[in-house]
Amino acid sequence: MTLLADTSFDWFHIAQLGIESLRFGLLIALIALGYTMVYGIVELINFAHGDLFMLGSCLSLTIVVGGLAEGWPPAVTIALALVLVPLFCAGLNLGVDRAVYKPLRNAPKLAPLVSAIGVSFVFQNVGLFWEGPQDVNFPDLLPPENVLGEGANVYLTWKTIAIVAVTLPLMVALTYFVKFTTLGKAMRATAQNPIAARLMGIDVDRVIGATFLIGGALGGFGSVVYCLTVNTVSYQMGFQAGLYAFTAAVLGGIGNIPGAVLGGLLIGVIRGFGSEYVGETWVPALVFAVLIAVLVFRPSGLLGSRVKEKV
Amino acid sequence: MRFLPLFTIFLAAALAFAVNQPGKRSDDGLIKIVSSLPRTGSARGQTDTIVDGIRLAIEELCPKKIVNGVIVQTLEVGGKTYRIEYTDLDDATAAAGQWTAEQETDNAKKAKGDPDVMVYIGTYNSGATKISMPILNAERLLMISPANTSPGLTKPNVGERDEPKRYRPSGEPNFCRVVATDDFQGPAGAEWARDMGLKRVFILDDNEVYGKGVADFFESHGRKIGLTILGRESIDAKAQEFSALMSKIKRMNPDLIYFGGTTQTKGGQIAKDMVASGMTETKMMGPDGCYEGAMIESAGAAVLENRFFATFCGLSPDKLDTTPGGRRFVASYKAKFGKPPSEAYALYGYECGRIAILALQNAGKKDRAAVCRAGLAIRDFDGVTGRWSFDENGDTTLKDLTGVVVRGGEFVFSKSLAVTAK
Repeated sequence: MTLLADTSFDWFHIAQLGIESLRFGLLIALIALGYTMVYGIVELINFAHGDLFMLGSCLSLTIVVGGLAEGWPPAVTIALALVLVPLFCAGLNLGVDRAVYKPLRNAPKLAPLVSAIGVSFVFQNVGLFWEGPQDVNFPDLLPPENVLGEGANVYLTWKTIAIVAVTLPLMVALTYFVKFTTLGKAMRATAQNPIAARLMGIDVDRVIGATFLIGGALGGFGSVVYCLTVNTVSYQMGFQAGLYAFTAAVLGGIGNIPGAVLGGLLIGVIRGFGSEYVGETWVPALVFAVLIAVLVFRPSGLLGSRVKEKV
Repeated sequence: MRFLPLFTIFLAAALAFAVNQPGKRSDDGLIKIVSSLPRTGSARGQTDTIVDGIRLAIEELCPKKIVNGVIVQTLEVGGKTYRIEYTDLDDATAAAGQWTAEQETDNAKKAKGDPDVMVYIGTYNSGATKISMPILNAERLLMISPANTSPGLTKPNVGERDEPKRYRPSGEPNFCRVVATDDFQGPAGAEWARDMGLKRVFILDDNEVYGKGVADFFESHGRKIGLTILGRESIDAKAQEFSALMSKIKRMNPDLIYFGGTTQTKGGQIAKDMVASGMTETKMMGPDGCYEGAMIESAGAAVLENRFFATFCGLSPDKLDTTPGGRRFVASYKAKFGKPPSEAYALYGYECGRIAILALQNAGKKDRAAVCRAGLAIRDFDGVTGRWSFDENGDTTLKDLTGVVVRGGEFVFSKSLAVTAK
């Protein structure tokens, strides 16, 4: 009988792991959207996106620490960060596109790709200059209590709720935007065939600009939520977040918006359950093992049948 | 393109010149002391005070004289007056945020290639010493570390099988250190945990030489003295957060999480995620790699308050006042730099500087092998916190082990730890 008791499933714990997976997965998905949207439109893997996310986090830290020093209530500083940081990231992303990627629009695919890596290095050095080389603590603004009450079997905090509350509406809004608005329709048309879209009278440059704006803004929201829940800012944080997000985008089928979300959630699940049942050190290896397995059987990703071979 | 062949010849000549250039010419009246420490990144706070300590020792022991119209520090070695120059090398890069193997190799080669360098003070990270010691050992250049605690660097039969032999190509030791080692620190931490009633322990390490090593010593001694070791995991030091790991550990309901690692390998993030996962009653303990101001900066004082304990192979600065030597050291440090030593390793930098000067004096000549032998032969040294000697491995016989805790937003002395090693 004891044997049975030992091996019985602890459903509360499974639910707990599910929550951890969801937290991480949604964050990654939000960053992955920036990769996948840009790729869908201009077929560029924007390697600077992870570091854009890092710069957004630096700005969040500056706003929140500055605001708290002025004596503003935490809610005000959070609201301010949620407005300013996405604007900053969107503007920066658009600026980089106009200054660096746009002149290379008709160059061989490798040229903008290498430029993106260059931009990533520039961003990292800006971050290094901004916050210095060490990890910086981001003030803990969200209450740590268990929402389900003290002593409940599952631990759910405001941090998790904040992630869901910010990311889900954004994803719904994005889906609506792409599916039902004129600009969204123009985006899909440009993704399908830029030349035909131009011939149909679509201002392709404007569409590309809008894509960079939206992708950057999503990264900005991601960085604010990340700061509020992980509470650490470092100039190197963009690398791993960007790598996971890129992997998520490829897993789901790069260029495919629901695919990026699915890929992010899948990475969250691998990470949450892998840490429990395989071991924390093995998590990165597991993530990439799954990536390889998926790409062997579905080279275009889980949902990526629509997009044919690119790059 | 007539320019091209000319240019090629020029390049080839430049290359030949660069290759053929002999080692630096020796300056007869000059002795150099270099240190190699991580001067960029989050260990900067610690190493600033180490360098200050070294400077203070040199200032005190080497009288200022005017040589060729310039004021220089001088030292009498074997009846001859030498100018003493100290160079502060950095073994970290801004991009890495901590020491790198390339930078440490560079520093060791630079010191080796300069015939005036007689003493190499360093390193801060045991992993770095593993790289530079073989390079410098071939030249019998004396190395004195203010902070390395990995036991395998000096002691046979505690680390890997061929340690420390593999670091000594010349067959003779050239490395000594002024702090106690992890085979004391790990067990002392385990006993401290037991004394505080923290019986159920989960152990984490950062998968590096130092962190894994000290966690091993904690674990094996902990089992011996009756701690319940709930589990052991290595973390990925590049990961940004550990919430999944923490919810797993939380289920085991530990009294203590022991982290074998440093601030640079995410000590702060582990503390944060531990508290964020709801383990508010659980304490955390780390070795001296987490004992620095940067740890509090990265985790936030509120998270660590009364919750984070660190062990240290020396005396904490707020405890120095209890010994006459310590009081004198704090006073002269304050007189020179305008503030008391803020970090714990200042004292050990100072001791390294004094050992370096004494080794030079005892050697009686400007000769690397002689200085090296003289340094390792130092016995009954009148140290700041007491009289001590180097043993045959180059380890100090003085074992001050201290336990500190975060209180009021800073590390304060909590307990002198008993030394019952191995």
